[in-house]
Amino acid sequence: MATRQGQALGRLAVAPAVAALAAWSLVPLALAFYYAFLHYKLDDPDNTFFAKGANFYYFVTDPFFAKDLFNTVALVLLVLVITVVGGVLLGILLDRPFWGRGIVRVLVISPFFIMPTVSALVWKNLMMHPVYGFFAHMWRSVGLTPIDWFGSHPLMSVGIVVGWQWLPFATLILLTALQSLDEEQKDAAEMDGAGKLDFFRHIMLPHLMRPITVVILIETIFLLNVFAEIKVTSVGGIAGNLTYLVFSKLNDDNNVGEAAAGGLIAVVLANIVSMFLVRLIGRNLEA
Amino acid sequence: MGSIQLQQVRKDFGAVSIIKGVDLMVKDGEFVVFVGPSGCGKSTLLRLIAGLEDLSSGKIIIDGKDATDLGPAQRGLAMVFQSYALYPHMSVRNNIAFPLKMAKASREVIEAKVKYAANTLNLTDYLERRPGQLSGGQRQRVAIGRAIVREPSAFLFDEPLSNLDAALRVQMRVEIGELHNKLKTTMIYVTHDQVEAMTMADKIVVLDLGAISQVGAPLDLYNKPDNLFVARFIGSPTMNIVKGPSAAKRGADTIGIRPEHTEVSSTAGEWPGTVRVAEHLGSETFVYVEADGLGQFTVRVDGEAPVHAGDRVFLSPREPRLHKFNAAGQRIAA
Ligand SMILES: Nc1ncnc2c1ncn2[C@@H]1O[C@H](COP(=O)(O)OP(=O)(O)OP(=O)(O)O)[C@@H](O)[C@H]1O
Ligand SMILES: [Mg+2]
Repeated sequence: MATRQGQALGRLAVAPAVAALAAWSLVPLALAFYYAFLHYKLDDPDNTFFAKGANFYYFVTDPFFAKDLFNTVALVLLVLVITVVGGVLLGILLDRPFWGRGIVRVLVISPFFIMPTVSALVWKNLMMHPVYGFFAHMWRSVGLTPIDWFGSHPLMSVGIVVGWQWLPFATLILLTALQSLDEEQKDAAEMDGAGKLDFFRHIMLPHLMRPITVVILIETIFLLNVFAEIKVTSVGGIAGNLTYLVFSKLNDDNNVGEAAAGGLIAVVLANIVSMFLVRLIGRNLEA
Repeated sequence: MGSIQLQQVRKDFGAVSIIKGVDLMVKDGEFVVFVGPSGCGKSTLLRLIAGLEDLSSGKIIIDGKDATDLGPAQRGLAMVFQSYALYPHMSVRNNIAFPLKMAKASREVIEAKVKYAANTLNLTDYLERRPGQLSGGQRQRVAIGRAIVREPSAFLFDEPLSNLDAALRVQMRVEIGELHNKLKTTMIYVTHDQVEAMTMADKIVVLDLGAISQVGAPLDLYNKPDNLFVARFIGSPTMNIVKGPSAAKRGADTIGIRPEHTEVSSTAGEWPGTVRVAEHLGSETFVYVEADGLGQFTVRVDGEAPVHAGDRVFLSPREPRLHKFNAAGQRIAA
């Protein structure tokens, strides 16, 4: 491929893939740009005109915007806490040999394979339902008043459901990292008089910093766009995030222009958040 | 302080017996080397002493006190691992200080001891570096530093030099020897390097298949190996072994003669043969001879010896240097 002819051939060979990728990502983006500057409502399509920045202005000043922005960030943080803390604990548990470990490992991974809509409905109706839910039974069995999870704490409930789905991902990565911890280092720490907690704090946790960073970065990118769990549990009005707000602009207000503008704003915000994250914790990935 | 006694120590992994009843006395201040072929249980025995493995049966007595059921940290021993086992995210300073921090030593004590260890081991300039930024020899020194600061009653080394290149190995060997002279602390050192064993040890323990084959001072093992295994294991190149009439004539089942105690003559001798290869190293020459009907012999002669491949030669042992063994492979006293 070092010759000029080879390079030309190479370019020709990858051209279809590049074109497909461009169509795949650029066309929707371009369309979103186009609509974002139009006054275009589905219930009044004849009255469509160039709207300058009005769509952006209305989206940002929408009373839901600030709340949903907060929800977006809060949901990401909540799920990150659940998955990282839970993942570390589960990873430590699954790293040590015990009877039936193989089966338990498979079970731990399984939530990852369940569709978000399905798991959200299962959690809402079988686990967290204030009357029929499993938690309600447990609460009652110890004489407590059951919690109406999605009714009184919608954001936290969505966080728990999404956290449950992402826990396997974090566990898997952290478990792999734990297995790569050098055996002789464990022995050395034991000789040096480090107890279990000291070992966790001074050796295991620093060893896990890098994989934890990876988990946080990857999860954040996906968690900014949580939608199905909010939609099917019908808590969008209170616990909706920006993705949900964009959806409701289109679905409830039939406002194509504002939805497109909101989508672009969400993209920009997501980029800012990830850049911030990379700055903040990306240092761990070096060295 | 610093004496270690093993009494009928056994270790089984499942149904497999790895250490088969070892009795050993290590005196205070002694430098003891464990040698043996790969897989004979050297590391396992060391880990049993360290407390990193539980005994299947037997007793370990450290400083006169039964330590069989003590945890690794309570035994007052320090270990240096083959892979160094440094903590990669801590600076050299913190690596060395780690055991002290775990023992809740005061800031001043830690400071002073780290400084002393760094001085002793020439690490002062590297204290703020991470292990990843050090050479193999420096890492090894950090590992030793981490062991020193605990002021253990004995050091345990598991093949600490096997990851180093030849020149560095010689240097570190000398440094560890000096350290022993300076600290006068008991050391148990595992290796399968002949030279390390012969040069460093006060006492060598030869292990074979999880049992002690012989214990003794290096030259005792060299001059008076108890059995064929030790005879062949100690000394490099390995001892020549002869069975048959030559042995029977001397009242033995097997006789052994070291390469350096075998004479080569072009005219007469006990075992005729043909030279296959002669390695002229300058200071000495190793001659590999195919003796008629007896197999290969190694002979060590002068650097200038006029021996070449294809020559017909005659080999004979220096009689007083012969080792005689009975059918069970045990030494027959002269
Ligand atoms: N945890 C274990 N479970 C089962 N068998 C083991 C275990 N640890 C060691 N062994 C076995 O015990 C035997 C002795 O191992 P050990 O590591 O002590 O050998 P060694 O003399 O140190 O060898 P080397 O010179 O190669 O380091 C080996 O046959 C090994 O397979
Ligand atoms: Mg070993």
